[in-house]
Amino acid sequence: MACDAWRGRLDAYLDGDLASAEARDVSVHLRGCAICAADALDRLQMKRSVAVAGKRYEPSAQFRAKVMKQVAAKPRRGTGWGWRIVVVPALTVLIVSVAVSLYVQRDSARRQRVYSELADLHVAALASATPVDVVSTDRHTVKPWFQGRIPFSFNLPELQGTEFTLLGGRVTYLEQTPGAQLIYQLRKHEISVFIFQDRGPETAASSGPMHAVSFNVQNWTQNGLRYFVVGDVSANDIEALSKLLRDAG
Amino acid sequence: MPDQRLPAATFEDLAIPLFDQLYNFARWLTQDTAEAEDLVQETYAKALRGFSTFQAGTNFRAWIYRILRNSFLSSKTGLRTTVVFDEEDHESAPSSDSPTPESLLISQATRETVQQALEELPVHFREILLLCEVEEMSYQEIAETLAIPTGTVMSRLFRARKTLRGLLQQKLGGGQHGV
Repeated sequence: MACDAWRGRLDAYLDGDLASAEARDVSVHLRGCAICAADALDRLQMKRSVAVAGKRYEPSAQFRAKVMKQVAAKPRRGTGWGWRIVVVPALTVLIVSVAVSLYVQRDSARRQRVYSELADLHVAALASATPVDVVSTDRHTVKPWFQGRIPFSFNLPELQGTEFTLLGGRVTYLEQTPGAQLIYQLRKHEISVFIFQDRGPETAASSGPMHAVSFNVQNWTQNGLRYFVVGDVSANDIEALSKLLRDAG
Repeated sequence: MPDQRLPAATFEDLAIPLFDQLYNFARWLTQDTAEAEDLVQETYAKALRGFSTFQAGTNFRAWIYRILRNSFLSSKTGLRTTVVFDEEDHESAPSSDSPTPESLLISQATRETVQQALEELPVHFREILLLCEVEEMSYQEIAETLAIPTGTVMSRLFRARKTLRGLLQQKLGGGQHGV
């Protein structure tokens, strides 16, 4: 092959874009041809000069920070539901494992587990980036939001004249049963109100106040629904909110 | 059949490591700091919005460079400076380009001289040289980025190098730079 033909392949050879067999042929030729070797060296030096000269500009720290912030503030896919991808399977595993262990344990242990589970749901909700899915202080907004999301309806109390504020609600699960979780605020404390369909022993927990895992809990059954009120406020405050709910229900 | 693939990389995983390079490329294209910043920012915003359309497993680098370049082409500066040499691109590259004694001197040119010559190159030559030499993209990646056939990549690269060589020879012949 004439040197001209070899030179036609030199760029692709030096750019690393020749197939390995072809590259081997060029390499063999270059070892035996001083003119082509000098040509290749010249092209290689040009490549290197451009590579060095081309790395010229660096972004300012200020601009870098601006773009990083822009990237970090990106909207999450499926806004408002993203947390479920992580939280729901984790809670489901927890609930299933709790349900299995409940089955073989005594009722007293079972009650304790239900409370622990509710305490976990309460903490998990508050720790979530989106503690509530319907954000509203208006019970007339929150209550209809649950329609079609849970298989029952409930009434919420009027809070005017009380210290309690409704923050919003979300759908939750206890022992694979969907229910409503409402979050109320009292001073700086959040209180969860869980409402499930009463399924007899399955959601059993003897009615009445109880202290569980650093939280005060109140629960009762009313009109076929099981209510749990969980929070780190005093038993009296829990009872005050419970009374409002009972009166409304 | 369960999906055995690794979890898909996030936008940040793929885009943040390219930030410095994209800025460098944008700055070369626009020849202006403020415009380069606007261009990079626009690129990230567009890429972020369109990330759901990016197909995992395909070339993210070529994808985001293409967004940057298309944004540049539609910018005021891009519209003003871009000259498309489609006809020239379709010509095949000569089979040889023997080095002349001058070209051997070019290899001695200073970094500043090469930078000046790159600045003077038409944008479509400048960008393909940068993608090849600085970004070290394969012909296939360049083809994807510029949305042109691989054959055109080769012929345009050839012309870009030849034009750069000519510019450097002029500069060195002028005796301002080089050895």
